[in-house]
Parts: sequence; C-alpha cells; structure tokens
Amino acid sequence: MIALRGLTKEFPGGVRAVDSLDLEIGDGEFFALLGPSGCGKTTLLRTIAGLETPTSGRIEIGGVDVTGTPPGRRDVAMVFQDYALFPHMDVTANIAYPLRIRKVPRAGREAKAAETASRLSLSELLDRRPGQLSGGQQQRVALARAVACHPKAFLFDEPLSNLDARLRLEARTFLKRLQRELAVTTVFVTHDQSEALALADRIAVMSAGRITQLGTPSEVFRRPATTFVASFIGSTPMNLLPGVAKDGVLRVAGAEFPLPDGAPEGEVLYGLRPEYADLTTREPGEKGAFPGKVAVVENLGTAHLVTLECTDHLLQVVVPEGAEPPPGTAAWAVPRPGRALLYRDDTLVGGA
Amino acid sequence: MTPVRHMLGTIGRAAFLALVLGFFALPLLWLASAPFDAHPSITASVPEFTLANFRALLDNPYALGSLRNSLIQACGSAALVVTLAALAAYALSRARVPGRDALLYVLLLLSSVVTGTAAMVPLFELATRLNLIDTHLGVVLTLSGGLLPAAIFILKDFMDATPTSYEESARVFGASPGQVLRHVVIPLVRPGLATIAVWAVAGVWGSFLQPFILLRDPDKAPGAVILYTLYTEGGAPRLDVISAFSLLYSLPVVVMYVFVSRRYGFRFHGGIKR
Repeated sequence: MIALRGLTKEFPGGVRAVDSLDLEIGDGEFFALLGPSGCGKTTLLRTIAGLETPTSGRIEIGGVDVTGTPPGRRDVAMVFQDYALFPHMDVTANIAYPLRIRKVPRAGREAKAAETASRLSLSELLDRRPGQLSGGQQQRVALARAVACHPKAFLFDEPLSNLDARLRLEARTFLKRLQRELAVTTVFVTHDQSEALALADRIAVMSAGRITQLGTPSEVFRRPATTFVASFIGSTPMNLLPGVAKDGVLRVAGAEFPLPDGAPEGEVLYGLRPEYADLTTREPGEKGAFPGKVAVVENLGTAHLVTLECTDHLLQVVVPEGAEPPPGTAAWAVPRPGRALLYRDDTLVGGA
Repeated sequence: MTPVRHMLGTIGRAAFLALVLGFFALPLLWLASAPFDAHPSITASVPEFTLANFRALLDNPYALGSLRNSLIQACGSAALVVTLAALAAYALSRARVPGRDALLYVLLLLSSVVTGTAAMVPLFELATRLNLIDTHLGVVLTLSGGLLPAAIFILKDFMDATPTSYEESARVFGASPGQVLRHVVIPLVRPGLATIAVWAVAGVWGSFLQPFILLRDPDKAPGAVILYTLYTEGGAPRLDVISAFSLLYSLPVVVMYVFVSRRYGFRFHGGIKR
C-alpha cells in the first residue's frame, strides 16, 4: 500500500507542483494519475520514487515511512517515459541491472533475466542493444527490468506515450494483463484520459497540484465532480451549456426540462456528453429537446460527430453510422434521461 | 562563351586547390622523404635512400629517452585532465550552481593565461617553491591546469546532452552515486572522454615552453625540447637528425589518433529518437 499524507512539493521560485495532497493506494491496485501537462502528476510520481524530496508531508510504502529514504531503498521500480534503457548494455544486461546492483552473481542474474525476458516474449532479443529494438520492444525490456527486481510497487511515467497509435492499444492490453498477473501495486502517470480509463482500477484527476476527483473510471466518466474533469475526460468533450433554473424549470439553449428534486435554482451549467443524446430530424412534441441546425458532420468511423447550431450555442452529438443528417438540416437533440449533469461554480450539484 | 568561362573557372579552381594542397602537403612530403635522404635539405626531394639518419639519431643519448618522457608527460596529463574534467563537468552539468556559466567562461578565459607565456615567471616561482622543478609531475600539473578549463567546458556539453533519466533509472534501482558514474555516465560519455584524452595528449606532445622552462635535466626533457637541441656546435641545424627525429616524434600522435577514432569514433549507441 502506498499512502501520501499532506504531501507538498514546492520548487525554488515558489511553484507548488504538489499541494498538500492526501492519497491512499491499495495493495495490487492499478492507479492512474491523470491530468494535463503541468498539473504536478509527474512530480508526484517522482516524489513517490524518491527522485524529488517533498517540501512537507509523508510518504509510506507498505506501511513504512520512506519520506527520507533514498530512491534505491524504497523497493519500487520505475519505468521512465523514454524507458531509459542503458544504450551501452544489451537486453540481458539491462534487465539484470537491478540484480547487479544487489550483487547477485552473474550466472544467477542472467538466468533471472532470461526467465523474465521469456515471460515478456523477449527471448529472441537478449543479445541486442536498445538501439536495435523497436519502440514496443524497448517498452517491454523496460518493463522486464522493472519486473526482474520484484519491487513492492511499480511506477510508470507515461508508459505508452512513446509508442505510435496502433502499437499503443496493443501495449495497453499487454500492460493491463501483466499488472493483473503480477498483482503488484502500480501507479502510472498519463495525460491521456482514454489510457487512464482503460487501464486503471482507480483514477486521480489532478489539476494545479491537487486531486480534483478520485474514483473508478466509470465514476469519473459518468459523474465528473467539476467542469474541469467533465471537459478533460471523454474522447469527445462534454457539452457545457449555460442555463437558468427557475420555478422548477430548467431552460437551456432553447430546451426546457423539469428541474429534478433538490437541484438548486439560479444560473447553472448544463453538462451533457455527446454520446448521451439522440438526434432526430422530426420535431418532438415535448420541449425537452434542443432545436438546432446541423453545422458540421465529422466522421469518427463507426459513428459521426454532429455539431448542432442551437440558439446562441453549439451542441455536439454522436450519431450512429448511417443516421447522420446532412449539414444544414434542422434537427433536435434529445438527452437520454438521467445522463445530464448540472454544475454551479464549476462543481457538480446534481443530475437532470 | 559560357563553356569557355566555365572551363576557365574549373581551371582556376583546380589551380587554387592545388596551391592550397601543395602548401599543406609539402611539409609532410618533407617529413616523409628527408629522414631517408643521405643529404637532407630544407626542401622536399626524391631521397637518396639511407637509414644512416636514424643510426645517427640513436647515437644521441637523449633522443629515444625524450620520446619516453613525452609519453609520460602526455599520458599523465591526459589521465589527470580526463579524470578531473569528467568529475567537474558532471557536477557542473547536474548540480545547480549559482553563476555556473560565468564561472565556466572565466575559467576558459583564464586558461589561456595560466599556461601562457605571460604567467611563466610566476609559474616558475611556484614550481620552485613546491619543489616541482625538474620533475615530470611539475610539467604534468602545469599543462593539465591549462587544459582543464576547456576540457570541462567541452565535457559539460557532452554531459548536458545525456538525458538524466538514465541516471535516475539507475538510482531508483539502488545504484550509489559511484555506481551511477561508473555504470551509466562514463560509458555514455565515452566518446567525449576519448576526444578529450586525444586532445590533451596531442596538446602536451607539442608543448615546448613549459617543459623547456620547468625541466633542467635533459634526461627528463620531452621530444619537443630535445628537437630544439639538435644543432651542431657551430649552431647549424643537423637536418639529418632533425628530420629522422621529427618523423619518430610525430608517429605516436598519428597512431593514437587513428586508433582512437577507429575504436571510439563519434557514435552514440542511441536508444530512442528524442
């Protein structure tokens, strides 16, 4: 288990990369630190690894306070964004390097390297230098090197960002399976929300050195706690439209909805994912639909992203293959019940 | 018209290049022919082949010993410069030192003064007080002092170009600072170290003034100084011995250059595109 208590990292010049952060990561959990660049996620990971010294606060790994412990004695393995494979050593020597530091005899560490390599299907490549490997192979060697030293926790810094798009999906599946098999607590940093959603058991969405939301991928996706998380999570950004709630009625961009019980009145932001609305070209009888004109149609492969020009606002809807209206037609977007969210002062206040 | 002008241009260029080439090649041609010529002069000519010049050189009691001295002083300085410059460059590259760049530039500026002619009197005085006159160590320390700033400057660039993630990776696996340096940093900057070593050896090999002043005993004088003594009693240069000695004197540096360039060259066993 990794526990962070009141962790703060302030760089010279007064930049607070991590701001009094509390977090507990369970045994065997696959945990994602997600956020835009500059949010402090990499600094947090490096602080856990011991490469940065926290300004204040404590770090515990496996119940032991390691705040003042140098990186090598924390029993964690880190995979860097550029993999940091030693270019002057072959694959065997790279994988065996942690064991060399622990003074394991040569025969023992080479056997261990060969065993780990075969587990990650690298047996053919043991004599190669990192420069002779593809990006995906390099990533697997870096993982093998981390696996070979049997740490209490893995720390991955942007593990997939150096791979090309197609390989990334393959590597993602591989990574998830490996983590399941090893069942070692793993913390990884990513700026890619789809990576975090796909891999992690739990996600911490970070912004300006703080955790904005902590939850399972589906919690974070379905009920983003703030408008920042709402716009950050999801491959197509959430529609956020200003609206007014008054006398039990919510008025947003030409549509009217009954205000759910307990929702506050006044000005609100109405959030709706493009995937959670249906588009129709026949005028619905009720008022709970956004009237508009189709402005742009973008092909997403199995679906189309339709941008609807409503009264004063743009609304995006994902439409299944073959059902997309041509640009210029009048259309109505009907939100699916219970999927819309209401925000006030950037904070989630209820559903609609 | 145009073809003629084109041709004239080509001839002009070729003539110019031939002139430049001749300017640089003739001294080397002299170095290749004169040692084997029975009557060497200061011009290059087809030699009247003989090995007598080398035999005459062997009769000189200091000639071969001076090459050994050159070797001691050059290798000693190179070892010192590479070791100290590598440590200093690593520290300067990785640690936050206030005014680091200014420090480097001032050092670089001063280095030309330290071993320069201007500082020869205080250097001599210093060496006398430290009992370093007439020792190899005195020459090595003086010449190393002059080479170090530029060596640090160049090596710091090499160190800066090496990503810190290699070292951090080793540190997370538990490597001590010494292990990080030995296992990771030094192998990564080896081409830079080889460059500095070659440059230091070549620099010391050609140094004349410092060993000339700091060494009294001709038994300890390096090749450059002994070359200066190859005159007849009347003061005329003994071209037969000088030419043979020049050839022997220049060979080690050429051999070293070829060897190092073969062995290390300027390649980086790259990991990923950055």
